Amino acid sequence: MEFLGLYNYWVFIALLMIGFYAVIAKPNLMKKLLGLSIFQAGVFLLYITMDKIDGGTAPIVQAGVADQVFSNPLPQVLILTAIVVGISTIALGLAVVVRIFEAYGTIEDDEIQQADRSE
Amino acid sequence: MSLSSQLPALQIVVPMLTAPIVMLLRGGSLAWAAAATSSVMAFCIALALTLGVQELGVLSYAMGGWPAPFGIELRIDAFNALLLLVTTGASSVALLSGRVSLARDIPEGQQPLFYAAWMIALAGLSGIAATGDAFNVFVFMEISSLAGYILVAAGPDRRALPATIKYLIMGTIGATFYLIGVGLVYMMTGTLNFADMEARLADVTTQKPILVAAGFITVGLALKAAVFPLHMWLPNAYRFAPHIVTAFMAACTTKVALYVLLRFDFVVFQGNVSGHMAQYAGFLAPLAILGILVGSAVAVVEPHLKRLLAYSSVAQIGYILLGASFGDTAGLTAALVHMFNHALAKGGLFLVLAAFALQANGLRLADIAGLAQRMPLVSAAFLVLGASLVGIPGTAGFVSKWLLLSSAMQQGPLGIVAAVVVVLSSLAAVFYIWKIVERLYFGEPVANGGAESPASARGFEAPAMLLLGIWVVALANIYFGLFPGFAVGLSESAATALVSHLP
Repeated sequence: MEFLGLYNYWVFIALLMIGFYAVIAKPNLMKKLLGLSIFQAGVFLLYITMDKIDGGTAPIVQAGVADQVFSNPLPQVLILTAIVVGISTIALGLAVVVRIFEAYGTIEDDEIQQADRSE
Repeated sequence: MSLSSQLPALQIVVPMLTAPIVMLLRGGSLAWAAAATSSVMAFCIALALTLGVQELGVLSYAMGGWPAPFGIELRIDAFNALLLLVTTGASSVALLSGRVSLARDIPEGQQPLFYAAWMIALAGLSGIAATGDAFNVFVFMEISSLAGYILVAAGPDRRALPATIKYLIMGTIGATFYLIGVGLVYMMTGTLNFADMEARLADVTTQKPILVAAGFITVGLALKAAVFPLHMWLPNAYRFAPHIVTAFMAACTTKVALYVLLRFDFVVFQGNVSGHMAQYAGFLAPLAILGILVGSAVAVVEPHLKRLLAYSSVAQIGYILLGASFGDTAGLTAALVHMFNHALAKGGLFLVLAAFALQANGLRLADIAGLAQRMPLVSAAFLVLGASLVGIPGTAGFVSKWLLLSSAMQQGPLGIVAAVVVVLSSLAAVFYIWKIVERLYFGEPVANGGAESPASARGFEAPAMLLLGIWVVALANIYFGLFPGFAVGLSESAATALVSHLP
């Protein structure tokens, strides 16, 4: 079935939307960061999906094998970089959240805004 | 290979390698000296590159000896050179003149880490401006953004933290959108090099993924560039960051994102996606006009000076986009000259605010009343820089507004609307700058609340380096207003290069 044949892309869209929803709708900063993480994971899936070929293996030249089908290694390398970037972003975000908790005593977005307004 | 052929790589490597060295140094002064030296070196490299570009046109550098499009290509043309000058120049002036102000905002023990983050931000921004590879742009964008979040979070007020997390979340969403767009283009073309993408897109028969990619990339970068209505992170990030950081960021971060937006749109999409110019102009021009109007209107009523200038930045980003959305050489030239001139004016204005903050109790309008009596030189510089922001003849701001208006006049009825908007917003700028000037010169001086600053104790109105930095920028505004040839020449060749990609 063509429609579900590309189900990886549907998962990509679903992850993207779940993450995006959490970032926008949740007032808790931890949940926002979790959402951000899911959002980025969706994109990782997009990159990993696009390089996969059915039956493809690692791109290694082997003696005696001429017509080996292999997956494109470049998107995997790219997304490895993007994963590192994502981890750094979340780590930095968590560090800021810790400092927010120390400064405000809460990590709920609405309570922080209230505290700022009363200042 | 001579050293001069390695300059494009050194532009990124010098600040990036300074970062760990700065981090290991003990004591704020030493770290500051190392960071400032490295930043000035980067500025000299940018100058040398600009001269090279003026002579040779395009400088291409194959990273690690792998030729493009397989390896990462660093590609410097007039547009990149202009941007490199703005970034490294803003960083150098801000660092050189900001020692005292930063020492007040940031605890001594944390200063080496802070300057290391600054260097990484500079390396990232220069990297975006130097590279010719779409994925490399993403990596450098995140490097500079992550370091930028740290710089903002270093602000002394606790409200800097929520401002940072907002900036972080919106910035990451923007970068991830860009990543999706690049992924889709890669799917269709199998390349990441800008020039190669353009060539290979011509053979792509299915346009839909490219269209989606264009949408993701435009929105993602618009988020990074604080294009209205995606500017929500900007006012508070600017307000609560340390004053010197604001001066640095206001001059370059949003402009670098705008650069990537223009490069992607013109080099990759314009020639290959049918009807792209109409979609692009139809999407960006209304946002630009709304941004100009809303930004100026909010600036008129905003009582906090840093937020006021931040909203004025939202309006100025609108000017740049407006010029770019005309899609002809004249409009793009105006946009690029305005990038340069706005960086000069706004960077200088934020430096002036840093000087005010050393003397006043705060940066609300009421706090600076009558400050001109105590700080005559800084206030005079404010007048010059404010005039440049408004666009008074004889200052840099006038040149770009004149170019923008004259290019708008060639656009028919819609151009007239754009011209009217620009004039209205300039009037608003007169109003909000005058509002500050009036308080500064004619307001009743407020008592200093006993908070005697180190500078005033010695009888100076501002630290000597800060005063010098402010006046260098102010005089540069006058210089580029009277002799605009340099910026206009670079912008014109950059604009011609961009327009040559149109079908």
